[in-house]
Amino acid sequence: MTAPARRRTRFTELSARERATALLDAGTFRELIGPFERLESPHLEPQGVVPACDDGVVVARGDLGGERAVVLAVEGLFQGGGIGEVSGAKIAGALELALRDAERGHPVRPVLLLETGGIRLQEANLGLLAIAEIHAAIVALRSRVPVVGVVAGMVGCFGGMAIAAGLCSYVVMTREGRLGLNGPQVIEQEAGVAELDSEDRRLVWETIGGEQRVATGIADALVEDDVAAIAGAVRIAFEAGPPAEHRSAQVGRYEARLAGIGASDPLDGPGLRTLWGGEGVGR
Amino acid sequence: METLNFDYPASQPVSRRAHVGVVGSGDLEVLLEPSPDQQAHITVRTSADGFGEIWEAVLDRFFARNDLAAAIEINDSGATPGTVTLRLAQAVEESQP
Repeated sequence: MTAPARRRTRFTELSARERATALLDAGTFRELIGPFERLESPHLEPQGVVPACDDGVVVARGDLGGERAVVLAVEGLFQGGGIGEVSGAKIAGALELALRDAERGHPVRPVLLLETGGIRLQEANLGLLAIAEIHAAIVALRSRVPVVGVVAGMVGCFGGMAIAAGLCSYVVMTREGRLGLNGPQVIEQEAGVAELDSEDRRLVWETIGGEQRVATGIADALVEDDVAAIAGAVRIAFEAGPPAEHRSAQVGRYEARLAGIGASDPLDGPGLRTLWGGEGVGR
Repeated sequence: METLNFDYPASQPVSRRAHVGVVGSGDLEVLLEPSPDQQAHITVRTSADGFGEIWEAVLDRFFARNDLAAAIEINDSGATPGTVTLRLAQAVEESQP
């Protein structure tokens, strides 16, 4: 007789709305600015792109480990999770409200579920502006309550939203998740296949995959692609409280790390892990 | 991108609204709400131009089998007729009390 295997619910197979629901304590999910508010992007239809009624971002309130929380979930299937004026404003606005709550002594646990290629190209500067507002809001909020980012996959997290992940207090990743400023296809397109072969999955994941990011201290927790595992890691991050010094505030440390890399020596994923892994990667 | 409108006579009111699906490649989202009158009103925004006749056939068949005074909005990203029919059925199921 073998014990029945625990049934795993793959986080990556869920839509943004389902992810937010699954992450929050059972029965507490409550959506703000939901689909029937029809807060869609005004910029897509004139460019011949079908909009989504929520502009690809779900703002959900509920409880997380019994504490009040707000989950901002990007829908990676809609326009590659690209952040536009409206979807960006939903995220920034929710973070700003969370800051106001924290200032009034009612902290809300903010979680970002990041499946995004970054800026939505059709919305250009408006998207960039929205992402800048998200960055500012994370920095303002994180000294009062940890801001936790989750990069589960399958899109990954790139561009300006990778910077947003870098600003988070804690980042939770799966092996399938990828986190990087430029996505592999963009690098290949701009710098050539000799720079990076985006079809080489091993190389891509060795460079920007969840396991590498956690091993080199760019992300904090590596978990299975499983709802319970991700929810558990997010709760642990909040229970830890804000880090003594946020990763993105450790400028001297990262300058020293970068100075230790010779521009003439070709560096690969395992090589970086030798350089950066080990010594107190976690903090 | 193309916008299409369809109307069907209907008598059965919808008890609550429903939202299903995602505007992702090969999929669609459906927003279903009570209709203000004794008709079903459907607005389709689709990324694939030139499929008006197919949409008409899919919706004709659906409303021949479902008497539903609903206002329905569809945001479509190139879903097949089978996927459209399944998402419509899912929306109807979610709108049941």
